[in-house]
Amino acid sequence: MEKRQFNIIAETGIHARPATLLVQTASKFNSDITLEYQEKLVNLKSIMGVMSLGVGQSAAVTITADGDDEKEAIDAISETMKAEGLTE
Amino acid sequence: MKEFKGIAASDGIAIASAFRLTEPDLSFKKRSINDASDEIKRLYAAIDVSKDELLTIQQRTLEDLGSNEAEVFKAHGAILSDPELLSRVKATIEKEKVNAEYALTKVTDGYIKIFNSMTDNEYIRQRSSDIRDVTKRVLSHLLRVPLVDPALIHHQVIIIAHDLTPSDTAQFVPSYVLGIVSDMGGRTSHSAIMSRSLEIPAVVGFQGRLAEIKNGDTVIVDGSTGNVIVDPTDAQIAEYTQKQADYRQRKNKLAHFKHQATSSSDGKHPMIAANIGTLDDLDGAVDNGAEGIGLFRTEFLYMDNNHLPTEDEQFEAYKTVLQKMGDKPVIIRTADIGGDKSLPYLNLPKEANPFLGYRAIRIGLDKPDIFRTQARALLRASSFGNLSVMFPMITTINELKKAKNIFNQERIKLIREKVRVKPVRIGIMVEVPATAILADQFANEVDFMSIGTNDLIQYIMAADRGNRMVSYLYQPYNPAVLRLIKNIIDACHDNQLPAYMCGEMAGDQIAIPILVGMGLNEFSMSASSILKSRALIKRLNSREMVTLANKAVTMASTSEEVVAFVHQATNNIQ
Repeated sequence: MEKRQFNIIAETGIHARPATLLVQTASKFNSDITLEYQEKLVNLKSIMGVMSLGVGQSAAVTITADGDDEKEAIDAISETMKAEGLTE
Repeated sequence: MKEFKGIAASDGIAIASAFRLTEPDLSFKKRSINDASDEIKRLYAAIDVSKDELLTIQQRTLEDLGSNEAEVFKAHGAILSDPELLSRVKATIEKEKVNAEYALTKVTDGYIKIFNSMTDNEYIRQRSSDIRDVTKRVLSHLLRVPLVDPALIHHQVIIIAHDLTPSDTAQFVPSYVLGIVSDMGGRTSHSAIMSRSLEIPAVVGFQGRLAEIKNGDTVIVDGSTGNVIVDPTDAQIAEYTQKQADYRQRKNKLAHFKHQATSSSDGKHPMIAANIGTLDDLDGAVDNGAEGIGLFRTEFLYMDNNHLPTEDEQFEAYKTVLQKMGDKPVIIRTADIGGDKSLPYLNLPKEANPFLGYRAIRIGLDKPDIFRTQARALLRASSFGNLSVMFPMITTINELKKAKNIFNQERIKLIREKVRVKPVRIGIMVEVPATAILADQFANEVDFMSIGTNDLIQYIMAADRGNRMVSYLYQPYNPAVLRLIKNIIDACHDNQLPAYMCGEMAGDQIAIPILVGMGLNEFSMSASSILKSRALIKRLNSREMVTLANKAVTMASTSEEVVAFVHQATNNIQ
């Protein structure tokens, strides 16, 4: 199981466009991938789940991947987060 | 005759007969089922048909309206592919042994509730209508009730609807749908956004008051004011027909120059930008086709306030402007307070000569806390657009170096704090004669210069522009002024820097030909001057204007002679 913490710096938090891209990235992998925020856990392959968390600025989120490609998955998601300006 | 007031959502005026877009009856009963796997098959079949339909609508929208609009249907498709949503519906069917209609609605209602509760996030709240929309589509296939197809409308109508879904508006044929009135929605709802991109006048947010409008009633929709008139009098029809004609004429004139890049007749491309003083000016700048913001005065943050604006207050304002302008350049000027713009909470001393006194960057460097706060807010906002910053009233190289130093210190601090900061171009406003004369020296220290003619002229002429007794001396076309302006522009160009102007003179129809001749790179003016200035520049030949500018600075001895030269050089091009 791979786990990584992120601090969201984007002013608008994880809103529609980055959310969609995160879901698209996560969906490319076999691993089960979850996003945790304020003790709520959602499937990162679910756009509805991600948007329903309403992750705002300065939020600390944890992403966990579990499966045969967990490491690659976490790396790809980190890349997307950076590219979208969600994290440093 | 009845009049209603709603939320103006899309500009323009329409007069036509009402067409009620009635909701299909998608009611159903909760049923117990025996075979969950059969019910799940039925659900998936309905979802598959819905996805196919959405693909078709998406394709059509892409062709008719563009990719932004088509995104909505892609998003709908994504909702129907959401593994979490599907597994929840499936689980509800399996565990509760209920029909697909009930299970689907139960799950999507749950999401709608969560989204609606995000009161601080308008965007996500509006997405709840996406979910409702998709749910309806799947329900219509589960229940085998056809959705009303607005594409069937074949005469000119005003659509009266409770809530328009994006799939409704996507099927509108613009030549038949003249106006839209809906009970639900705000300015940022899909129906409002779509109406604006289709340029269909629309009024939304009627909150149930439309029930009494019947099919075929004559309706006037004024999408600029939010007025809706049902069964208008003849006089009202005449009045609004005239308003409609006026509106179209204004729009046509505007539209002609709005999307054109500024260009001289021989293809030189100076830019025309807008000066703004508050966030309220922003829409006007965009509507008039500004190619950037050449001067965002930040004083309003300090003046309309009973305290020094906080870093966050400032950041929000700067971010708003940068985001709105996208990749277009935005020049924000640090506070030009003091002098005649006194601030009660700062206790600035009264001065005999406020224009020659303690103001602008002079206060900024004397009270660096105020300046640092603004620098931080600006740097933080930099990642949201294309930002340049300029300092007002710079008089010596030393002042400029100090100001730049503070900016650099704050940049380094922010980077250490892991705040995203984009490179920011730094420039000065040239409004003090000493700076104008030494422009070649200042050129080594900046990325651009912007000529602030309002102050520069009064300092050159030693005449207070607010004093009527000496107002005859306030002469923008005086050859002394023009020579100094040329000195600044030449110094910039000799050092490969762009030269801008953000004073009134930049929008002056007599000055523009001379400034084009001097090779000014950006004219920044009030939004209302943009289109006529763009039209003027389009008629000018830049090489002829070079000759004019040279004549004005070498051969003229008075303002009147300069004006005569300009008329001579331009009277054959009107």
